[in-house]
Amino acid sequence: MSQPTVDEVAEAMYDLVKVTHGKKNLKAMDLTKAMIEKFGEDAVDKKFCKLAIRQLIDSGRCIYSYFGGSFITLPPEEGSGG
Amino acid sequence: MSEKLRSTPLLDELEKGPWPSFVKEIKKSAETNTMAEGTLGQLERSYMDKISHWKHGGLVGVMGYGGGVIGRYSDLPEEFPEVAAFHTYRVNQPSGWFYTSDVLRTLCDIWERHGSGLTNMHGSTGDIIFLGSTTEALEPCFADLTANGFDLGGSGSDVRTPSCCVGPARCEWACYDTLDACNDITHSYQDELHRPAFPYKYKFKFAGCPNDCVASVARSDMSIIGTWKDDIQVDQAKVQEYAANGVDIEAEICRLCPTKCIKWDGKSLDIDNAECVKCMHCINVMPKALRPGKERGATILIGAKAPIIGGALLSAVFVPFLEMEPPYEDLKELAEAIWDFWGEYGKNRERVGEFIQRVGLGNFLDEIGLEPVPEMVAHPRSNPYIFFEEELEEDE
Ligand code: HEM
Ligand code: HEM
Ligand code: SF4
Ligand code: SF4
Repeated sequence: MSQPTVDEVAEAMYDLVKVTHGKKNLKAMDLTKAMIEKFGEDAVDKKFCKLAIRQLIDSGRCIYSYFGGSFITLPPEEGSGG
Repeated sequence: MSEKLRSTPLLDELEKGPWPSFVKEIKKSAETNTMAEGTLGQLERSYMDKISHWKHGGLVGVMGYGGGVIGRYSDLPEEFPEVAAFHTYRVNQPSGWFYTSDVLRTLCDIWERHGSGLTNMHGSTGDIIFLGSTTEALEPCFADLTANGFDLGGSGSDVRTPSCCVGPARCEWACYDTLDACNDITHSYQDELHRPAFPYKYKFKFAGCPNDCVASVARSDMSIIGTWKDDIQVDQAKVQEYAANGVDIEAEICRLCPTKCIKWDGKSLDIDNAECVKCMHCINVMPKALRPGKERGATILIGAKAPIIGGALLSAVFVPFLEMEPPYEDLKELAEAIWDFWGEYGKNRERVGEFIQRVGLGNFLDEIGLEPVPEMVAHPRSNPYIFFEEELEEDE
């Protein structure tokens, strides 16, 4: 697979958080491992995934949540009062 | 606020006696702050019900950060609407907790503007604690803090706010610059501090000497404790002065040395430094006569945790002696190697000390690229399963 951009990896992470939402909470390392599996370890590594997570969080698409440990989740829906 | 505060007969009991009282202080704030006033109400209710009415919340923080704010809500929001949301900030303290009075006023002013005005200086994590923020106030308060040179500390599965003893700023026993090391590590790992990516928390604590005034051996995943390699510096004339002033050197020093490596013949003190385990006892008793040696650095210990339920774990020696010169590259290399391995294989909520117990010290050392050394044996026969490559190869 060709070298993805940080944006593409962040987008793939976002998709994964969306499909697992409500079923399984993912940690930063879960996302990292999933991306290395998806894109291949020659294309992305832990450092690259760190940049993608930064981009994912700073864009506001995902937030950090604490459930006895820190996870990366979708933001609370508007009006849910979270 | 001119109307009378609500009635709190149970809390009032805690104002009696000559000692300081948190109730007294909350009442003072309650005269001008409705959140502090609500706190009194909910606390009184808790004392009646004998149960806490605070609950944890998961989803609060400031944009981009995964730590620094701890969500806290009332479970009686209708009854105590003033404290329906009552979040805690951890604000990164300055190294060694040094402030000017001007900075303290600035912090208090910020907090009175945005929250309950109640603080805890400092929390057991080391941070400045601001107690009681609404969700809406989080971002504006954070903006005020950063505009004044402050930042949030850690919480959740990240590098927690590093802390250190006052070190060379006030203490002649400091074997390295704890303040600088703490500040350097804090700045170097901003990403790890604000963006939780670990299985669980990771704490650095810096103590300038084995007295360990920040209790790093009990409270940090990575304890950096000052030590020395050469001989304890002895001023024999001062030792004699202590003796002349009534210190029983044989009883109070020699017999209390854990390795019995000190001899006193009534005139001069003779220390067998090869046997000294750097416990600080003799130095603490005769600070004018004895001081740590001149070749100074730190011992790096790994793996303490102080859990609420399970047994406490003290950190254990990993690197017997490290020179502590900026930019602390060896320390950083070790920390990053540990994060890489534990980060990938640690279970959720597994501290690095527990992780080492699970995977075995031998495997752990292998993965992070450290050679086993005798100093890693915490107690005789406690770590019998370190295997050396050569022996394994012979067996195969
Ligand atoms: C002059 C004769 C002997 C000497 C100098 C000697 C010395 C030692 C030493 C230094 C240890 C290690 C202790 C430790 O790990 O802390 C040991 C352990 C041991 N020895 Fe001997 N030994 C002698 C005779 C024997 C004999 C005759 C037997 C059995 C019939 C024996 C059985 C053992 C066993 C089972 C251990 C392991 C004990 C443990 O791990 O708790 N030894 N010995
Ligand atoms: C079915 C027979 C046996 C069983 C199931 C058995 C089991 C065990 C076990 C579980 C240990 C503890 C190992 C550890 O510390 O982790 C042990 C230690 C030991 N056994 Fe046995 N054992 C048996 C027979 C024997 C016999 C026949 C002898 C001596 C003639 C013996 C001598 C020892 C000694 C000296 C130790 C201590 C070793 C050390 O501390 O290094 N055992 N055994
Ligand atoms: S740990 Fe040692 S150097 Fe630091 S303040 Fe305490 S006695 Fe001084
Ligand atoms: S520091 Fe402790 S072990 Fe070392 S000589 Fe003094 S009392 Fe003994």
